[in-house]
Amino acid sequence: MTGGATFFDEMHEPAGAVRDAYRDYQGWLSEQDAAYLRRKSRDAETLFRRVGITFNVYGGQEAEERLIPFDMVPRIVTASEWRRLSRGIEQRVRALNAFLHDLYHRQEIIRAGRVPEALFRDNAAWLPNMVGFTPPGGIYTHVVGIDLVRTGPDEFFVLEDNARTPSGVSYMLENRETMMAMFPELFMRVGVESVSNYPRRLARSLAACAPAAATGKPEIAVLTPGLHNSAFFEHAFLAEQMGAELVEGSDLRVEGGRVAMRTTAGFKPIDVLYRRVDDDFLDPLTFNPASVLGVPGIMDVYRAGGITIANAPGTGIADDKAIYSFMPDIVEFYTGEKPLLPNVRTWRCADPESCRYVLDNLAELVVKEVHGSGGYGMLIGPAASRAELAAFRAKLEAHPENYIAQPTLALSTCPVFTGKGLAPRHVDLRPFVLVSPDAVEITPGGLTRVAMTKGSLVVNSSQGGGTKDTWVLKD
Amino acid sequence: MLGRTANALFWMFRYLERVDNTARMIDAGLRMALTRDLVTSEDEWRSVIAAAGQRLDYEASNASYTGMQAWNFMLRDRANPGSVLAMFRLVRDNARQARNMVTSEVWEAVNDGWMQIRDQLAKPAGEQRIGEALAVIRHAGMLAHGAILGTMPRDEGFHFARSGTFIERSDNVARLLDIKYYLLLPSLSYVGSSLDSGQWDSILRAVSGDRAYRWLNRAQIDARGIVQFLVFDGRFPRSLTYCHTALRGHLDAIARIHGREGASHALMREAAQKLEETGLEGVFERGLHEFLLDFLTTNGRVGNAIANDYRFFA
Repeated sequence: MTGGATFFDEMHEPAGAVRDAYRDYQGWLSEQDAAYLRRKSRDAETLFRRVGITFNVYGGQEAEERLIPFDMVPRIVTASEWRRLSRGIEQRVRALNAFLHDLYHRQEIIRAGRVPEALFRDNAAWLPNMVGFTPPGGIYTHVVGIDLVRTGPDEFFVLEDNARTPSGVSYMLENRETMMAMFPELFMRVGVESVSNYPRRLARSLAACAPAAATGKPEIAVLTPGLHNSAFFEHAFLAEQMGAELVEGSDLRVEGGRVAMRTTAGFKPIDVLYRRVDDDFLDPLTFNPASVLGVPGIMDVYRAGGITIANAPGTGIADDKAIYSFMPDIVEFYTGEKPLLPNVRTWRCADPESCRYVLDNLAELVVKEVHGSGGYGMLIGPAASRAELAAFRAKLEAHPENYIAQPTLALSTCPVFTGKGLAPRHVDLRPFVLVSPDAVEITPGGLTRVAMTKGSLVVNSSQGGGTKDTWVLKD
Repeated sequence: MLGRTANALFWMFRYLERVDNTARMIDAGLRMALTRDLVTSEDEWRSVIAAAGQRLDYEASNASYTGMQAWNFMLRDRANPGSVLAMFRLVRDNARQARNMVTSEVWEAVNDGWMQIRDQLAKPAGEQRIGEALAVIRHAGMLAHGAILGTMPRDEGFHFARSGTFIERSDNVARLLDIKYYLLLPSLSYVGSSLDSGQWDSILRAVSGDRAYRWLNRAQIDARGIVQFLVFDGRFPRSLTYCHTALRGHLDAIARIHGREGASHALMREAAQKLEETGLEGVFERGLHEFLLDFLTTNGRVGNAIANDYRFFA
């Protein structure tokens, strides 16, 4: 990355003064001595290990459990900034649900010529089985994570929508628990909005989408691929926090038109399944026949109103990177309003003119695979070597339709704690949104991901990124 | 709760009990080795390994019985699926499976215990470190037991966990007695010419019963007294009678929650009646070994019946 001081730092003004959001925090920080903070930084790791907030990494003989690096300097957002973000997020999430409903029903947005039909017809995330079917409560995306980046005092952009199975919410909750355990005095000094309601709200909003067949208090279960899945901790954590069963495919079967789980007292029907397995693995009879992670026949039960699946199968079509560039149109089409949160400018390489521009400016751009995730298979032009650029150019020329390109964003920075004091690192933000028939609820906070390497713009945990506690200040 | 989760809780506490018993047996062996000559000590380690049911695995890779070889095999050898390290990993894996049904206190006790045991056993333990290693292992077990007693709601999960503890505990005590039975049968007392109260003491130590025995029996130590104590004394929390009474209590509690009994309850009633009818005289008449084999078979059947009654498996 170019070394100029052009990045917006969220804590410090260019001249060094502390911004409003961080004023109270700085007041506390200036009273702490370095040795104390270093000790706390080590304590944090012990706390995370003890609680078991790990993710599994494969390779070698045994799956290894690793910690995602945690940085103890909070990422702070003011109440008024948050209000503005919330409005934009809510608008976007409502549009996503309306878009999904439309795509699987009348397809008015296509008839209106705002989104090309080819975009989803050939897309693996498009599920023909969902056509004409309305999920219970009309909700497709019960849980959404909207990835935001910031480039200036008032400049926030949506980098990505996560509408299928957004993960990371356990880090939002446990990062806060860890901070409160380490620095109780800090929370007595600074008014921070609580995030701890999330699991209760999740349970409530899932229950609000119970299917027609549900009688009495809805039975919720979390479906996990199992102990060896990288996000197993989060699945178990959410089940525990909601007081729900944590089920695997092998615990389930279809019985009497319902999906039932094997309990100690026999098979018991599930009303709402918060699934953390991908569409493809959900039902071997409908999708991948080799899958053992799902339930044979669940799609038939679903379509007959016997169970709610959250998020709904087929939602992936809405967060596909090829769809992303159409989001401003999509928001406007369904809400009748201009988008409150802008997209990052995006060139679709499928379009010959855009592709030419991208090839001409490759060294300045970030190029992403349309169907990729986790920061894999992407090119960061300014950080790439000549050879990497040439290799990527060849791939791009061979399959332009597989790529989109964006300008290299001047991502904001937030200080991280290093042995030698604070140092700025690039961050993004994933707030978590719950959608039910009667409300869109955004938990004040979210997951701040931080590139732990100096100058790096890649915040993904699979690429060595860390996390921070995210504070929304009280008014 | 899910059958799979009930299974995880049941086995989590069975493995925890095995870990605890392994540490206890090493401790007793160590004590014998320190107070006896070399030959006796070799015999002692042979019988410790045998009581742990690890003789074949041990002899496949070890030509002789020395203390350091024996305890490192039992604690951490990769070739030993019953090592403390391997079993505590299973304790933790089962706790993760049942994570949404145990309290944070229970989970953290297990997870923290795992981290400490793993660090402690990263290298072979020499004579200077073995005591500390055993202490860490036994503290981890006590912490987990304390956490479950102090924080778990008395629901199905609690009762499955405790059932695992008591079925495994009685199993371990019966196996230990069986390995040492020649020391306890009056008619065969010639088998061990070096027989003395030190050997008996070692048996009691292996079940943490030495102090309790002295207290409850006014220090009068003899073979009959020990069998009476370990099989029938309802005051001692590791006796077969105590374990079975407790197991029955937990299974009854589960039956109350479900509103009906299963095959496991009938088996337990039968087993309790048999234990009572046999009595100390009966044990010696039939032969201790035969009595214990019978007990272990019944235990196995009870374990299978529980898994079956409560749908542990698909």
